[in-house]
Amino acid sequence: MRSRRFVSREARDLHRETLVSPLPELGLVAADGPLDPQPDLVLEDGVVVRMDGRAAAEFDVIDRFVVAHGLDLEVAAEAMALDDAELARMLVDIGVPRAELVRLARGLTPAKLARVIGLLDPVELMLALKKLRARRAPSNQAHVTNLKESPALLAADAAEAARRGFAEIETTVGVARYAPLNAIALLVGSQTGRPGVMTQCAVEERRNLELAIRGLVTYAETLSVYGTEPVFVDGDDTPWSKAFLGAAYASRGVKVRFTSGTGSEALMGYAQGLSMLYLEARCLAAVRAAGSQGVQNGSISCVALVLAVPGGTRAILGENVLAAWLDLEVASGNDAIASHSEIRKTAKLMGQFLPGTDFVTSGYSVMPRRDNTFGGGNFDADDLDEWLTVQRDWQVDAGIEPVSEEEVLRVREQAAQAVQAVFQELGLPPVSNDEVAAATTGYDSSEMPDRDRAADVEAADELLARGVSGLDVALALDQRGFGEIAEAVLSMQRQRVSADYLQTSSVIDADGLVHSAVNDPNLYSGPGTGYRLEGERWELLQSLPNVVDPAKLLGSDTEGEAVVVERGEAMKGDDSTEVVVAVGPAFADAIRKTINDLSHKDVLQAMCDGVRDGGATPRVVRVRRVADVAFIAHDGARISGSGIALGIQSKGTAVIHRADLEPLDNLELFGMSPLYTLESYRAMGRNAAGYALGQRVGPVPTELDNFARAKLIVRTTLLHARETQAVRPGAAPVELELAAVPAAAG
Amino acid sequence: MDFDPKHDYPLGTQRPDLISTPGGMPLSDVTLDSLRAGRIDSTEIRATPETLRLQSQVARAAGREPLAESLERAAELAAVPDHLLLAVYTALRPRRATAAQLEEWAAQLEVHGADRTAGFVREAAGVYAERGLLADA
Repeated sequence: MRSRRFVSREARDLHRETLVSPLPELGLVAADGPLDPQPDLVLEDGVVVRMDGRAAAEFDVIDRFVVAHGLDLEVAAEAMALDDAELARMLVDIGVPRAELVRLARGLTPAKLARVIGLLDPVELMLALKKLRARRAPSNQAHVTNLKESPALLAADAAEAARRGFAEIETTVGVARYAPLNAIALLVGSQTGRPGVMTQCAVEERRNLELAIRGLVTYAETLSVYGTEPVFVDGDDTPWSKAFLGAAYASRGVKVRFTSGTGSEALMGYAQGLSMLYLEARCLAAVRAAGSQGVQNGSISCVALVLAVPGGTRAILGENVLAAWLDLEVASGNDAIASHSEIRKTAKLMGQFLPGTDFVTSGYSVMPRRDNTFGGGNFDADDLDEWLTVQRDWQVDAGIEPVSEEEVLRVREQAAQAVQAVFQELGLPPVSNDEVAAATTGYDSSEMPDRDRAADVEAADELLARGVSGLDVALALDQRGFGEIAEAVLSMQRQRVSADYLQTSSVIDADGLVHSAVNDPNLYSGPGTGYRLEGERWELLQSLPNVVDPAKLLGSDTEGEAVVVERGEAMKGDDSTEVVVAVGPAFADAIRKTINDLSHKDVLQAMCDGVRDGGATPRVVRVRRVADVAFIAHDGARISGSGIALGIQSKGTAVIHRADLEPLDNLELFGMSPLYTLESYRAMGRNAAGYALGQRVGPVPTELDNFARAKLIVRTTLLHARETQAVRPGAAPVELELAAVPAAAG
Repeated sequence: MDFDPKHDYPLGTQRPDLISTPGGMPLSDVTLDSLRAGRIDSTEIRATPETLRLQSQVARAAGREPLAESLERAAELAAVPDHLLLAVYTALRPRRATAAQLEEWAAQLEVHGADRTAGFVREAAGVYAERGLLADA
């Protein structure tokens, strides 16, 4: 036997995913694994002889690196002596400054860090993250790629991303040899959209370094670390090689961010029976020890695995908090597809979205999902309006700005033209006008004209051989009349000379000023402090292109011919076959149509016809003292000869009432005004007549539209506001007559 | 040049007087005019060891000792040629180099004045020996 409801739920997107119960032996446990070590740290003569359950002789390569370069032994004794719960409370205590927590973290072992974070619930984690974020203001990173590696489309997407406020833009390659072309398209596009946006091209390290040396990219986040020695080594690195590489990048003026994240060790088969959060604590301790200014973490590409185990979403938020506690810049994931379920995906996002991180996503897909060669894109071009609306709903800045369609088209076209000019000046295969046009207005790369890809990769190789650099790009732009973009590209070259963006959590504003945790730190200490979305920025983030001015939505219907004529105060009737049709104060006057766009004239006619069809006599009055439909109808019933009235509000909501009922009781209520047709109003009239004549009456069949409220509540409110504006307190009802049809001309 | 690492950041805007290209061109001369006139070479567009040392001081003053250390290594590596940089990185990967080879690379780094980084490579060699991460001799 099956329940049809269970069957229905099983067909939902969520059920494409496999949820598993914890299996610690394989590392399939989010936090507090049964095999996680007890935190400890033993020093002898200032030397660490034991840490987290291991004697120094058994230390693996990660332990050794953390002890040699990370652990601050001057704080360790004090910090390790603190009770776990006390430390956890300090994390959420707005009276304990971030600086003090950061100081203590330097002396905590990975097991202790994981243990303390494990004590916080989701809301506590969010508060801790808000407090511990390194830079004052949150920001966001974009992903820009496409399946055809079209330079015009890359430039246009990068320009749109930059214009929308992303502080960093990352691309990658389908074919490795494309790297310099993609890097150039990204550089030109980003600086077209907004000067100061940093770019990277995720490719193999040697190639990446070469792009950096040429000034074609400004940051790198490809330096992955892992929490167990076998996985680290399988990743073909050690903490020493990664730390060396980090310094090498910095020596060439590249901002470096490491990458880690829960789940990778289990996926790669060597979790050593340890929990995901504990292993991430080891990663982060190594990242900090390596001298990285920041980290991309939050499970990243393994997110779906972590979400398969209980508490996975909480553990991912926990690892973001842990990174911030270790004073690292955090680019907090939300880039790889976390779930098939839109609800689950969004619920997971809120952990980072609401508190704000240095980069709320480490890659928001600015283009549609199919063009995201990073493997999906958790949120993409089609989700943009939702993201903007949720920012507006929560009054939260998650780093994306609304921009008008006109402005987006402008920057996209300019960027595509600029990259067309650069390709021509640098002697690269031409970018056609058709490509520029398609990149400006197209949906995705399927609309892009095909390029000669063999010629492109050949030209890319040759470009590197010639030693083309960011300066050549600036010069090409300058020579082709793109002066402002040339200046922006050159400004990025100047940034490489001053190297200010190597400091923790740096972003560059449109004027070329670097904002980092050094000169723009997060000093949140409770309500009224820290970064708050207010003033001009809040104005900007609430002004979505689709927002309408309610005053304009109100409109005015008073133009045109009169529908009804008032004929003096309405008295109690004595005709026992009469049905009063009672209309609201603004009906057929300040308002002329129902919410379903039916003219009041036709509606009134239909109701009166219905009353006549039912064998009764209609009498139309206007209730002026009140706008509520129950009272409109009840007032009508009280002066009706039969005691029956059909009351209607201007928006179309109607009630059949009887004089002896309580006002808020009724015979029939018709609350689905957006669904009613003239036939519905005629049927209401017939039923009202039936009640008046004492017949047996079956209720008018009604339909339900459960989304009508969500869709129309704003218009309903505005229409009702006009109804209430027309209310004249204490005024008696007046008799109405349908206005005569004007005589035809001639 | 009295430098206050707590207040002179960002250097590019607060202390441009302290910043120049490797060839000694002041930051303010890196302009489109200079570019048009052919006065800037792409090798000029990078931070000098001195600038990276100032950034290291900024990081240290902000309480970020490991970052400061990394920037010190970066300052040394700024003077190390690209090919050596990539060769040392490769040698530091698991089981790529013997202890003797790592010692050779450390010595090479010292030739370029990268003493601190050379020490870092030697430290790695010691750990690799104990953890089985050296290449078979």
